[in-house]
Amino acid sequence: MGLGFVPLGIAYGVLVTHSGVDWWWTALSSAVIYGGSFEFLLIGMVTAAAPLGAIAVSAFLVNVRHVFYALSFPLDRVRGRLGRTYSTFALSDEAYALTAAEQARSWSSRRILWLQLFMHLYWAGGATAGALLGSLIPDSVTALDFALTALFTVLALDAVRDRRGDLPTPVLALLSALAARLVYPSQMLLVAFALFTAGLLARHVMTGRNTTSGNTTRRKPSHA
Amino acid sequence: MPDTPYLIAAVLVTAAVTWGLRALPFAVLAPLRASSTVQYLSTRMPAGIMVILVVYCLRDLPLTEPRVLAPSAALAVTVGLHLWRRNALLSILGGTAVHVLLASTVLRS
Repeated sequence: MGLGFVPLGIAYGVLVTHSGVDWWWTALSSAVIYGGSFEFLLIGMVTAAAPLGAIAVSAFLVNVRHVFYALSFPLDRVRGRLGRTYSTFALSDEAYALTAAEQARSWSSRRILWLQLFMHLYWAGGATAGALLGSLIPDSVTALDFALTALFTVLALDAVRDRRGDLPTPVLALLSALAARLVYPSQMLLVAFALFTAGLLARHVMTGRNTTSGNTTRRKPSHA
Repeated sequence: MPDTPYLIAAVLVTAAVTWGLRALPFAVLAPLRASSTVQYLSTRMPAGIMVILVVYCLRDLPLTEPRVLAPSAALAVTVGLHLWRRNALLSILGGTAVHVLLASTVLRS
């Protein structure tokens, strides 16, 4: 499934080359940062020679959503100091989505780490290939960035299907996202995650704290 | 093109911030993982977070312009393929191909 990263990486590499930055920077940034959404924004910042402080603050604001992943990413199943270190480094949105999903509950440490490594390689490899071929590729290839939307759509459909009967969760998420988009578009992700988490907590309190978590046959929850 | 030391520094700064945000919360939240509230959240967050990320990707849709058709058609194809075949790679590649095709031909902005 991580293969969706290849077209996305190519789109990134092509964009960097078309902005006039050398190919080695694509290879370096995609491998060392490994945070796709901010990397797309970083192209514009470095070509405008933005101060490093501004880059740090923007990276923080775009990536602060990762704080929420620590609540449910199965790091407790990853073994070894090196493995855990790499696992937190390569904790992309997509790696989180795949490993925190229902079907991954039985995955071993090795399986989680290999999945993360392959996604990392697909991204960096696609990006480097895109950068090297960039001058030969027409601008329209940047429409490849739809691969990211398609990837999240597929992951959302699977995750919602895993929690059959739990309609309030995706509805609450959708409302949080739309509200954040309307009220605070510049920090949409952070605001949406915060609203969604607050909504879930409110629902948890309202439906009774004794509800067993992860139990899909639990009684119908009320709307938060 | 900006100079090389600056380009490298920009990558290192971004990488440090990104990794910090990914790794540090585990240390802070470790004692909380056993709580029933965190477990309640952790079973429900993945589905909701994915929905939010989809909306985020589509946040700048040009709703009043004809070129909105490219992402809309691509999204419909992705969802349709996935509900039909349940093959993630097929759904992603199919939707992306439709998007590239429409965006670069009929709906050129």
